Amino acid sequence: MNPFTPSAPAPFASAPGPTVRAVHDEFHGDLLEVSMGPQHPSTHGVFRMVATLDGEQLVKLKPVFGYLHRNHEKIAENTTYLGSMPYTDRLDYLCSMSTNWAYALAVEKLAGQAVPERAQYLRIIMAELTRLVNHSCLVGFLFNDLGTSFTPLLYAFREREKIIDLFEALSGSRMMCNYQRFGGCRVDPTPEWLAAAQQLVDNFPRFLDEYERMLTGNEIMLARTQGVGRLDATHAINAGITGPVLRASGVDYDLRKVDAYGFYAQFDFRVPLGAHGDTYDRYMMRILEMRESVKILQQAFKRLPAGPIMDPKAKLRGFRPKAGEAYGRLEGPKGELGFFLISDGSPNPYRYRVRPPSLINLTLLEEMCLGHTIADAVVILGSIDIVLGEVDR
Amino acid sequence: MLGSGIINGLIVTAKNFAGSYHDPERMVTVEYPEQKTVLPENYRNFPFLITENATDPMGTLRCVACQICEKECPPQCIIIEKSKDKKPDATGKLQLYPAIFGIDTSVCMSCQICVEVCPFDAIKMDKVFEIATTDRFQDLFLDRERLAKPNSYYHEIHPVEAAEVDGRLLAERKAAEEKAKVAAAAKAAAAAAKPVVTPPPATP
Amino acid sequence: METLEQIRARLLLAYPAAQITFVTNPGPAAEHSLLIEAAHAVEIARWLRDDPALRLDYCSNATGVDWPDKTITDVTTTTEPDPAGGPAKTVEIKTTRLQPGYLEAIYHLYSIALKQGPVVIRLRTANRTDAVTLPSLTPTWRSCDFQEREIFDLYGIIFTGHPDLRRLLMWDEFKDHPMRKDYVEPDDYEWEPTAHGAVLERAKPHQSAAAAPAPKMGGTP
Ligand code: SF4
Ligand code: SF4
Repeated sequence: MNPFTPSAPAPFASAPGPTVRAVHDEFHGDLLEVSMGPQHPSTHGVFRMVATLDGEQLVKLKPVFGYLHRNHEKIAENTTYLGSMPYTDRLDYLCSMSTNWAYALAVEKLAGQAVPERAQYLRIIMAELTRLVNHSCLVGFLFNDLGTSFTPLLYAFREREKIIDLFEALSGSRMMCNYQRFGGCRVDPTPEWLAAAQQLVDNFPRFLDEYERMLTGNEIMLARTQGVGRLDATHAINAGITGPVLRASGVDYDLRKVDAYGFYAQFDFRVPLGAHGDTYDRYMMRILEMRESVKILQQAFKRLPAGPIMDPKAKLRGFRPKAGEAYGRLEGPKGELGFFLISDGSPNPYRYRVRPPSLINLTLLEEMCLGHTIADAVVILGSIDIVLGEVDR
Repeated sequence: MLGSGIINGLIVTAKNFAGSYHDPERMVTVEYPEQKTVLPENYRNFPFLITENATDPMGTLRCVACQICEKECPPQCIIIEKSKDKKPDATGKLQLYPAIFGIDTSVCMSCQICVEVCPFDAIKMDKVFEIATTDRFQDLFLDRERLAKPNSYYHEIHPVEAAEVDGRLLAERKAAEEKAKVAAAAKAAAAAAKPVVTPPPATP
Repeated sequence: METLEQIRARLLLAYPAAQITFVTNPGPAAEHSLLIEAAHAVEIARWLRDDPALRLDYCSNATGVDWPDKTITDVTTTTEPDPAGGPAKTVEIKTTRLQPGYLEAIYHLYSIALKQGPVVIRLRTANRTDAVTLPSLTPTWRSCDFQEREIFDLYGIIFTGHPDLRRLLMWDEFKDHPMRKDYVEPDDYEWEPTAHGAVLERAKPHQSAAAAPAPKMGGTP
């Protein structure tokens, strides 16, 4: 076995003792170290932050990961390409449809597999519905994190539930959809399903208007989010922050436009950008993106062509891509979701890697939180939007 | 204006409160054990095995123990052991059958991959979701007897899909019969033609 | 965007001492990559980031790959004329050689400023046991911070110059690196009675006979 080389001792993370303890710091005098999580209602899962507090202000914050680690990559390297598809559902369990797509995209790139037109449209419909699910969850939770009230979360969950019911009617499962296949999709939606989806999308702006009326101009909301957790564009790019968090800082980088994967090039939509990079902008980014998603969905329903949903050359059993490697990425609701695959010609991938947007978006968590109170750290974490299934894999 | 946000919030909440009595868009919850929602046709839970005949479930399992599903199942929760002997299937052809077929539902993740890879349409997804038991090990391990359900049950839970599968199987069986008939006819013709082709015995 | 060969040529002009190898990707994706010598990796990374024509300001993905030692059998066929005048004989000579393994770190670089990419660069360690250090690219791209920690955790590549190289996913006391191909799981589960034949086999030495009755597995008709 390889000799394990210990690194520099971790100053705070692995310290034994109670979860709250006093630390002495030469500059600040007596500080308090608080372990927030892994079981904490506002860390969105089993995430732990070791916060060092001066009074109520944060002077240091170290995230600790791994409580949900199951070595997803190793599992995937020991199963077939198809067998990993249901496991990708469990990565970002709020957005299994787009995670499926990201994986299918990478495998199709690896194997040079074509996808029929109808399947491309269906994928876009599913991905945008997933974006609605994810963002409505996020804005709901954000208000829970603010400590204002629980009611907005329930309204958001009500809308999410309607979309999830649609997923269930189509794929058989509410959250673990397992819907995409290499070279197409698994089930063709019936006209009734499409009509129901169309109706839901038509009604969605009504919910958004109501939601915004309740919250966007709310005084508590403005006071708690404006100017909190600022992130400037240069740092964000360098730290690999992607998705709505990056665009809230004013960087125009949306893979739906840049890579134009799938059929996104044919759709007319705008990429909302923020100006301040604070929590309020990140919230607005989600609301505006939902409106754009509704626009994309309307176009997709109008243009959805007839035809097969699976490429006739696609193989379900005995799928062995040629040796090579590929990195496929797409704009997930949380940021750039990528899969890196190396094939050696066998039925299992030689290397399977997930680029988790949730994890990498946390890189600058400490910088964003420093100087704010611990209550603000909760809001900032909520506005970054993480899912622990994907952070820890 | 300071306070307008709070008033707006209250208006929305009041609207939702009133709406939850009459607007189906806002009235979304059901009182579960008393009321139940209708499950969609595609809903899936755990797999079950199809038998052709409800009166003799173990004798008419459609599964031929090819073990493809066992190999493809991602969490490896299917256990199959082939039989030593063969039994005739629905078309009368002699086939193997599973002597042991078990699915560990505490491991199964309802992914439907076994259903997709099965070349004989022998395994399908069930819709029963009220599966709470008091024993975690014995009761969640479904053996052959508990997995087998008749084809009529399949028609009940997935009517559209079952009709399509039955139609396909019927067509396949017909095609096989036709082929067998053609082959038999060819054989007969060959047999009839044979004496002509046989060279006359050489005279010593 | 320039092709990878052009980038390589320009890099060689800027760093004549550096060893930069073109690595072909045989698959349909055809994303080729540049193998960069570890000694110059930091300068080259900075150059790639700051070069006005490339501006690869965004490192999207950093990942490790384990390539264990491989025995390769080379077969050389020679034809020898038969001294007796018969037809020429073909003789196969098999030679086996050990290709030493290495650990690899792969970086996928994109440019947000110019909206181009990817440029894939790879760094390789000398072997898999004692010479497993590579220079860290975190000072160039902060996004490698957690990803390099993850590579260190799961593959055991030690990144020199990383500001905070600790295990990311496994706990600090954990030994060994689980993503390596030769990793052996410790047999320390709490074994439970199960219907799984394979699991039962492994659990046997850990269970007393009285503890768990074997589950019933269905009967034969
Ligand atoms: S269920 Fe289908 S795939 Fe599985 S062993 Fe039986 S026939 Fe084969
Ligand atoms: S549904 Fe998935 S996990 Fe369950 S038995 Fe079938 S293949 Fe295995």
